[in-house]
Amino acid sequence: MSKHSVAPKAVPAATAVPPREAPGERRTLAGWVYLLPSVAIFAIFVIYPFGRTIITSLFATTPAGGLTQFIGIDNFVTLLTDPLYTQAIVNTLVYVLLTVPATIVIALLLAVLTAQDLPGMGVFRTIFSATMGISVAAAAVFWNLLFNANSGVLNRIIEFFGGEGVGWLIDQNVALLSVSIISIWMNIGMAYLILLGAIKSIDDSYYESVEIVGGGFWYRLRRVTVPLISPSLFFVLTITVIGAFQSFGLIDMLTQGGPNNATVLLIYRLYRDAFVNFRIGSASAQGVILFAVIFVISYIQTKLTEDKVTYQ
Amino acid sequence: MPFSKKSSGRVAGSGLRTSKSGLVATYAVLTIAAVAIGFPILFSISLSFTPLEDIINGVFIPTSLFLDNYVNAFEAQPFAQFIVNSVVVGVAGTALQILFSMLAAYALVFIPFGGKRIIFLVIMATMMIPAEVLVVTNFQTIRAMGLIDTYAGLILPGVATTFGIFLYRQNMMQIPSELKEAADVAGLSRFQFFVRVVVPMVMNTTVTLAIYFFLVTWNAYLWPLVSTTNNTARTVQIGLRTLNSSEGLSDFGMMAAGAVITSIPTLLLIFFGQKRLQEGMTKGALK
Repeated sequence: MSKHSVAPKAVPAATAVPPREAPGERRTLAGWVYLLPSVAIFAIFVIYPFGRTIITSLFATTPAGGLTQFIGIDNFVTLLTDPLYTQAIVNTLVYVLLTVPATIVIALLLAVLTAQDLPGMGVFRTIFSATMGISVAAAAVFWNLLFNANSGVLNRIIEFFGGEGVGWLIDQNVALLSVSIISIWMNIGMAYLILLGAIKSIDDSYYESVEIVGGGFWYRLRRVTVPLISPSLFFVLTITVIGAFQSFGLIDMLTQGGPNNATVLLIYRLYRDAFVNFRIGSASAQGVILFAVIFVISYIQTKLTEDKVTYQ
Repeated sequence: MPFSKKSSGRVAGSGLRTSKSGLVATYAVLTIAAVAIGFPILFSISLSFTPLEDIINGVFIPTSLFLDNYVNAFEAQPFAQFIVNSVVVGVAGTALQILFSMLAAYALVFIPFGGKRIIFLVIMATMMIPAEVLVVTNFQTIRAMGLIDTYAGLILPGVATTFGIFLYRQNMMQIPSELKEAADVAGLSRFQFFVRVVVPMVMNTTVTLAIYFFLVTWNAYLWPLVSTTNNTARTVQIGLRTLNSSEGLSDFGMMAAGAVITSIPTLLLIFFGQKRLQEGMTKGALK
């Protein structure tokens, strides 16, 4: 959802097609008529540009994107030997590590607590899912108002307690962490909502058997809840990791990659090369690299889901 | 909130047997989390009604009903136009996404035709390709079609959705095949069966997807940024971006007002549709 349009990606595709067709009905072309709108859009706006991106990544290009000369993997070599690009890779990996575990742990804890049948839970559920409705642009503005060094309320609070104000978005040692905090805040909503649904669908009988053994809260969480919702946890893990690799809006709104390139993430670099510097060949190569990374993550997720994850 | 409660004394879901200390801890953690998560939004709403002089002097709570920040935001950028644009793009985009995925799922579930397995696998495989990889070429395509700065250019690349097709297909496979046979006996055509039987039976999925698609379309950032160059079709998100790059570090109250305006429709949607979304998301995650 972009907000980094984290459409739930990477759902395992393996389910067979059990047809609801009447037996003996003749195969017809009618199926393709119903499929045509979607297939045409996929062809023009997904499959064609995907192929075109791969091809363009192997060429030198004009600023308008025309192909001038086949150069093999030169675009990739240039990128991977560019210290600013490798810094973007490192920044992105750090960003993934800063955001993903925190998002999932917080969302899981809140989901476990609010899945209880207690008064007032409806209010908490609404608050915790609220950030799913906040766009990346609005989130950036909300947090900029908290962070802003001159009259930002966070620094006023810190200074009130005798601390020293923090250059949240202008200190190159802190900026990526600050953006990560916003990202965690934004992503909790969706992760929470999925995990809450999964926990609520666990059958009570599982807990009854634990009660006989006499296990406490953490025991139940570790031995019952987490194993039983592991497919959903894996799904949330995957979309959060992929979402982190796709992060762009917060950087564009708040830091433009600065200070001193400390917050250049992969998509921000791709955007700059494609739409500001008009290096279309390089931008396409960056797209291919991003695809490879996300493909590997999805593949690992699918494999692990098939092999290890418990289904109810 | 529209949450159904299991009214047994047991605790649903988490299996927490509620001891007194457990209850206190639960409410303490939840309250702290609610304050931390709600604060950025509430703080900005408060700032949006506070005069700039007060904000600069450290007064963050409005002392009177002060609306100038909103007036200023609408004057600094054509927000009314942006909102109209976002509504058109959000509603039309959502409607087409619903229609196209419903039709495609219907073909995949109810119509026999050659190549079905392959086309289904191809559709599922497109999920692996992130939109950011496609944005450069799609920009060139939309430009070649002359659709930069148009609603069509904003909407078209996103109207086919794997997630929608997938969810509808899951739902339609639960429709008993006897219904199809009865419809054939009654002489319903394929299209009549679709309109009169299938569409009403998947209404729950439609509501979930409509909420989800509208949220995603309204909040979209990268494609609207790339595919608009002026205010004619520009969405409210990119309007907020423009406001931010000119006033982001000076007029705090006006920025807060702009962000609040941008968030109202989707916050309302979450407020009323949260349970629907949760059920749909869970289905999408589990199957």
